[in-house]
Amino acid sequence: MDQYTRNQKILWAIGTVVVLFYALIPVVWILSLSLKTPETIGDQRFFPSEFTFDNYSSVFSEGLGFNRAIINSIGIALITTVLALALASMAAYAITRLDFPGKTLILAGALAVSMFPAISVVGGLFNVWRVVGLYDTWPGLILPYLSFSLPLSIYTLSAFFREIPWDLEKAAQMDGATGMQAFRRVILPLAMPGVFTAGILAFIAAWNDFLFANVLTSTDAARTAPVALSFFRGASQFTDPSGAIAAGAVVVTIPILIMVLIFQRRIVSGLTSGAVKG
Amino acid sequence: MADIVLDHVTKTYADGYTAVKDLNLEIADGEFMILVGPSGCGKSTALNMIAGLEDITSGELRIGGEVVNKKAPRDRDIAMVFQSYALYPHMTVRDNIAFALKLAKRPQAEIDAKVNEAAEILDLQNHLDRKPANLSGGQRQRVAMGRAIVRNPKAFLMDEPLSNLDAKLRVQMRAEVGRIQHRLNTTTVYVTHDQTEAMTLGDRVAIMLHGELQQVASPMELYNHPRNLFVAGFIGSPGMNFLPATLENGVAKLPMVDIKLPQEMAERVGRVDPNKPLIVGVRPEDFEDAQYVGPEQRPRGTTFNTSFDLVEAMGAEYYVHFTVKSGGVESSQVEDLLADQGGVSDLSEEGSSVVVARLNAESRVKVGEPTEVWIDATKLHFFDAESGTSLSAA
Repeated sequence: MDQYTRNQKILWAIGTVVVLFYALIPVVWILSLSLKTPETIGDQRFFPSEFTFDNYSSVFSEGLGFNRAIINSIGIALITTVLALALASMAAYAITRLDFPGKTLILAGALAVSMFPAISVVGGLFNVWRVVGLYDTWPGLILPYLSFSLPLSIYTLSAFFREIPWDLEKAAQMDGATGMQAFRRVILPLAMPGVFTAGILAFIAAWNDFLFANVLTSTDAARTAPVALSFFRGASQFTDPSGAIAAGAVVVTIPILIMVLIFQRRIVSGLTSGAVKG
Repeated sequence: MADIVLDHVTKTYADGYTAVKDLNLEIADGEFMILVGPSGCGKSTALNMIAGLEDITSGELRIGGEVVNKKAPRDRDIAMVFQSYALYPHMTVRDNIAFALKLAKRPQAEIDAKVNEAAEILDLQNHLDRKPANLSGGQRQRVAMGRAIVRNPKAFLMDEPLSNLDAKLRVQMRAEVGRIQHRLNTTTVYVTHDQTEAMTLGDRVAIMLHGELQQVASPMELYNHPRNLFVAGFIGSPGMNFLPATLENGVAKLPMVDIKLPQEMAERVGRVDPNKPLIVGVRPEDFEDAQYVGPEQRPRGTTFNTSFDLVEAMGAEYYVHFTVKSGGVESSQVEDLLADQGGVSDLSEEGSSVVVARLNAESRVKVGEPTEVWIDATKLHFFDAESGTSLSAA
């Protein structure tokens, strides 16, 4: 950091602190709320005066349906991610490498779909899903999530595929690889940072969705964690469920944190350096 | 090991552009064939068609007697070295070299043995576990070679494999490529735009221009008997000098001097209309400082007086530039040559052209001093100015 002067270092430090403060205060707040007892939850203190894990145990107790909702959330988000990556990587590969009629149309269509406001489809979907029997099922949520995460994934991945020198595929072909082998053993490993980026985006989008999950589910069969949180009630009609909701919110962030931490390591740039001259 | 035959091969792209026109080329088993030409001449397209990376529009391609037009690259059993090397960056050197063998599902022991053998040939033993990113340019180039030779394919295809190396390394690797090809004796097609590589490496050289084959011959044959202006100008460095001329009664009228042609040369060129514009080509080394021409040599040519604009002492020889008054040469092939050299080769004024001569280093000529220069009449090349074809080629 020798290239920075003293003043620059101070400015950097201030900037970093401000951003961290801005980003982390709500998180810390929720954490603090989740650790407060029901009696002190309204005490307007930033740090809890009494620590308790009761909120967490109550969240996982039967009756709230949160356990089941977490499983639904993980399952639906994971299946969405895997499907989106599998389909998008092949689609993006075809779009970047092949010249076929309607190529630009597909890209434009994908972009249009991803920009479609979710609220404008959800009403129609509700009716259609009830007729075709997808209402309140996992596929009933996976399908709409896919329709939004696929275009994004295709976009992200085609940007990464475009970076990979075409010569590598030709070399693989000359080495005796079929198209699929060249894709799987040469192109895909090199596009891994892109795959993980797209995967994280797809997972987060599915995990965070509230709208579809709220409208298209009615029972524990497919209700996801964010929706389940909104259904929390206090122990009795008169207890404030804020503590439990806060605890649930903290729990819900954990899988995302784990996902990002695992994949962040894989998102390293410069993986293709050394392939070609330079 | 196999021969490669291109039989009336043509490549036309979807947009109607014809990159290769009716190419006929027979590459013998074990031969080192060079495809050379300026950029856009179709040499890489031709190579890609042999590789199977591009479809053949019409004509037939045979490898080892078998028509392979419709075969996928992986079924042709040929290896290719790319200009960019195209090493797999996520694999170690060992895995890069072994990739083809792994795809072919060879036993692990055989793969190890072959990789080690290839590494030994290329002096890569100490780098087998490194990634391409950590290798120098020359090492990467050798890995690319290793990937090709480990398979023991029917043929090697090389697409400007040395053009990304610096000048010194290029000379070194050039010798290495030649040595490896000689040792393995595998049919090789080598694409380059560098005439030095073409001259030094090839058993035979095929010169292409605008998708058409100009001449296929051994390097010396090309040098001494170019079939047309383009070949004459492309091969050799510094290039052949071109001067406008006419021919009358066995006397060639050049801008600076009239030259009585030797009997043998006059017969070869034959009868030419005295008004017909010709282009005479003279290689730089076919000039000499008249003082250093031996008495038995002297009658083979003529002398003339000139003074030099520029003298470049190279140690072993002198390159001198002098100007002659002439109308300049006009020929589409000469323009192609100029385009290849960046279009700035002729900086002379209108109505004159610069001639480059190679003189004996002893001559110690100086800029501006009048000097008597000898020109070897037996080494002149005559071209039809209109078509560019050689009148003097055997």
